[in-house]
This record gives sequence, C-alpha cells and structure tokens, in this order.
Amino acid sequence: MVVGIVGYGAHIPRRRIKVEEIAKVWGADAPSYKRGLELLQKSVPALDEDTITLSVEAARNAVARSGIDPKDIGAVYVGSESHPYAVKPSGVTVAEAIGANPDCHCADFEFACKAGSEGMFVAYGLVKAGLIKYGMGIGADTSQGAPGDALEYSTAAGAAAFIMGADEDRVIATVDETFSFMTDTPDFWRREHMYYPAHGGRFTGEPAYFRTVTGAARGILEKANLKPKDFKYAVFHQPNGKFPKRAAKILGFSFEQIDVGRLVPWLGNTYSGSSPMGLTAILDVANPGDRILMCSYGSGAGSDAFVFTVRDRVREVRDLAPRTRCLLDENVTFVEYGEYAKMRRKIRLAEK
Amino acid sequence: MPTARSWRAYPQTYRLEAARCSKCGKAFFPPRLVCNKCNGRQFEHFDMKRTGKVVTHTIIRTPSDEFSGQAPFALGIIQMDDGPRLTSQIVDVPLEDVRIGMPVKLEFRRVSSEGEAGAIQYGHKAVPARD
Repeated sequence: MVVGIVGYGAHIPRRRIKVEEIAKVWGADAPSYKRGLELLQKSVPALDEDTITLSVEAARNAVARSGIDPKDIGAVYVGSESHPYAVKPSGVTVAEAIGANPDCHCADFEFACKAGSEGMFVAYGLVKAGLIKYGMGIGADTSQGAPGDALEYSTAAGAAAFIMGADEDRVIATVDETFSFMTDTPDFWRREHMYYPAHGGRFTGEPAYFRTVTGAARGILEKANLKPKDFKYAVFHQPNGKFPKRAAKILGFSFEQIDVGRLVPWLGNTYSGSSPMGLTAILDVANPGDRILMCSYGSGAGSDAFVFTVRDRVREVRDLAPRTRCLLDENVTFVEYGEYAKMRRKIRLAEK
Repeated sequence: MPTARSWRAYPQTYRLEAARCSKCGKAFFPPRLVCNKCNGRQFEHFDMKRTGKVVTHTIIRTPSDEFSGQAPFALGIIQMDDGPRLTSQIVDVPLEDVRIGMPVKLEFRRVSSEGEAGAIQYGHKAVPARD
C-alpha cells in the first residue's frame, strides 16, 4: 500500500517587520543579529489572525491541491504552541470551516515547535492502519518573544497543512520512512498563565537542537539505509538561519540541499509551522523521483523525521493553490515597531 | 455576538454556505426559504467561491464597542463571483487604497470576541486578491 501526502498548503500573514526596526527600539546592534542569526525580517500576524485562521487558510490550500471531498477527511490535527484557547480545540473550527465534520476525529497537539510534525505523523499512521481514508496534519503558530529578548527577532507566524492518504492515483509524495528522537531536555518552556516563553540561552543549541536533530536524522538514515547524497532536498527545523545550516553540515548535507526549504531569513521562526512550511516550498518545485528529508525539532525536546519521495502528480497540483515563496515574497507590507506591538498585543490597554 | 447565535450561523460565517433556487437558479446568501424571483421553495446549498469585487465601501472610525480596537477600518459590500452580495470588512490594505471594483478574496479571520475571557467569533474578511 502506498501512503503519503495527497495535498499540501501553506499560509503566511502579509505583514513583515525588519530586524533593524526591532533592534532600533532596544538599542541592539542589528548587523550582529543579522549576521549571528541570519535573519532579515519576520512575518507579523494582524490582530484578526491567529493559529486557527492561519490553519484554515493552509488547510483550504491543501484541500484544493488534493482534489478530494473534505467529507472524506477522517482526522484533523492542529499542532501549535499558540492555540487561541487554553480549553477549546482549534481542530474543530478548522474541520467545520473546511467541511470535514462531524464524522471526523480532531485533536490539538503541543510540543513547542514540533507539534506540526506530530499531527502529520499521527495522520499518516491512522491512514496506514486503515482507520481513516484521509487525515490532515497542520503546523501553525503565532509565536511570541518577550520584548527585547533575542527571541523577538525570530518569532513569527505561518501555517502548513498536509493531507495524508493511500490513494495510488492521488499521492504526490510517498512517506518512505519515519523516525522520532525524544529526550527530556529543558531548553525552552512556557509555564501556565505566562504570556512569554523562557529559554536556556546557549543551552538551546548543542545539547538540545543539535543533539536532537542530528539524532533523529542519523536514526532515519540508518533505518532507511540511505545517505545524505541520496536526497535532493532536506529541511530541518529553522529557529534561525544558522542552526539548520550547521545541522546540515554536521550530517553531511550541502547548502544546495537545504536552500529551497530554508525560509527563515525572510519568514522568521514559525515554530510548529517551521519545517512543514519548508517542506511545502520544496514540494512547490520538486520533480518526480526527488527524495526529501524533513526533520522537525521541538524544545523539551524531540524531533520527528520523515523520508518522502516525490511522484508525478505533484506537477499537476502545485499551482492549484499559491506557492509558498509567492506567499512569502508578494503583496508584503512592512510595519514599524509601534504597529507591530499593537498587532502582537504587547500594549496593555485600559480596562473597560 | 452571543455564542449560541453565532453558532447557528457557522455554515454561513465559516463556509460561506449559500442556497441556489432549484427552479430559477438565483443564488442567495444567507439562504432563504422562498425565492424572491420565482417563489420557488426548493434550494440547493453550496459553498461559495471566496472571490469577488468591491461594490462600494466606507470607513468606520467610530465603531460599536465590539470593534473599537480595530478602528479605523474599511467596510464594504462585496459582489461575490457566485452571485450574492455580502457585507464584509476589507483588511490588509491601506484605507486610501480601497477602490470600487477592486478584486478581493475572502479570508478566514477573527471577527470579534466577548472580551479577553469570552468566546472568539470567526468569519470572513475581504483582502486584496493576490496579483
């Protein structure tokens, strides 16, 4: 049985803020942030955009590319660390908006930046088990960094949605292998009722991100009996521009292999949407037969890795919805820090 | 909008579900029980394509409390490509750039919420169609 992606879609808010604009407010040295983090700008959600709205738009793009009846989607999983409600699922609103309910299993996942790949993994597993015909996994976030913190330069908003299915004639990329790597590594967290997350500074690097990402990537390469040279593309979680480049180098992947899916310098870190959005950008240009490695990362910490092989149908469906690079580069508006602070609800208003 | 009332309108606010008269083909949003063109009472429900054009618009500078944090904003009548017209906020565009005839797409957005602790109402808002 062939199981894989039958539809995919992304969505990105139109507003952006430049690194210089944030650095100016906090007296920071913009060139050193740009050089150190390899970030130029990030997306900014409007007041009326949140994880649910971004998920719905990405899900609609995935449905458009799949060509399926949304009623056949048996599961909708939304992975995010910024669900609008503490108690009330995001998935049901997405399912209702795309017309997949009520005969549909919904759940929200949380695992820092890894929640999107969790939804993809579970949807894939249920399809492979024969429990559902199609399953949707979404990674979406409107992530927040504390004002002035290093995270503020990267925390961004975006979403990617994938529909998994087993239709021989609909699959656009087969899932050939999966592997997950998990340890208890407290590099980043947000306690209950806290508005902004806290992190372990440099501890987020070597013992957290790099150990976990390389552990998952090496694990899946060994399990699938593949080497980096067997892949046309690879996408690793992108908290900044530097980390995925270094992870690729450690593992033996070239910059050319990660370049297409490396959106972070212009997009920022979309947390649960990060590596899934990179995968959408790759599927936008990949050719049949190309092999893709995707490796997410979520603080706390864990990585889900997938090996995909692209099939012919990708060419037929990729232009049925906006390509990710178009969403990233076109119709963009740059905002100043004041508007950004309003949009991100960083300003405390008078109570009425 | 009270939660129960908004819940009853989900087919329209979430999916733009309209109704087409089975007898004469006229489309209505929101759906109605009797066709005002041919008095037909049989309708087929369908989700409208989310594309259309601005028929007319205005700028709201002093809105009701529910929308006070969003002012000023553009409000317009949108001629949907599927036939019906609807009223929608027009967002993601400078107010001075909103034009009659401007092609728009309806995107899923937060519309209002019952304060910081209340339910969030979702629906659609018009954004400029991508070039």
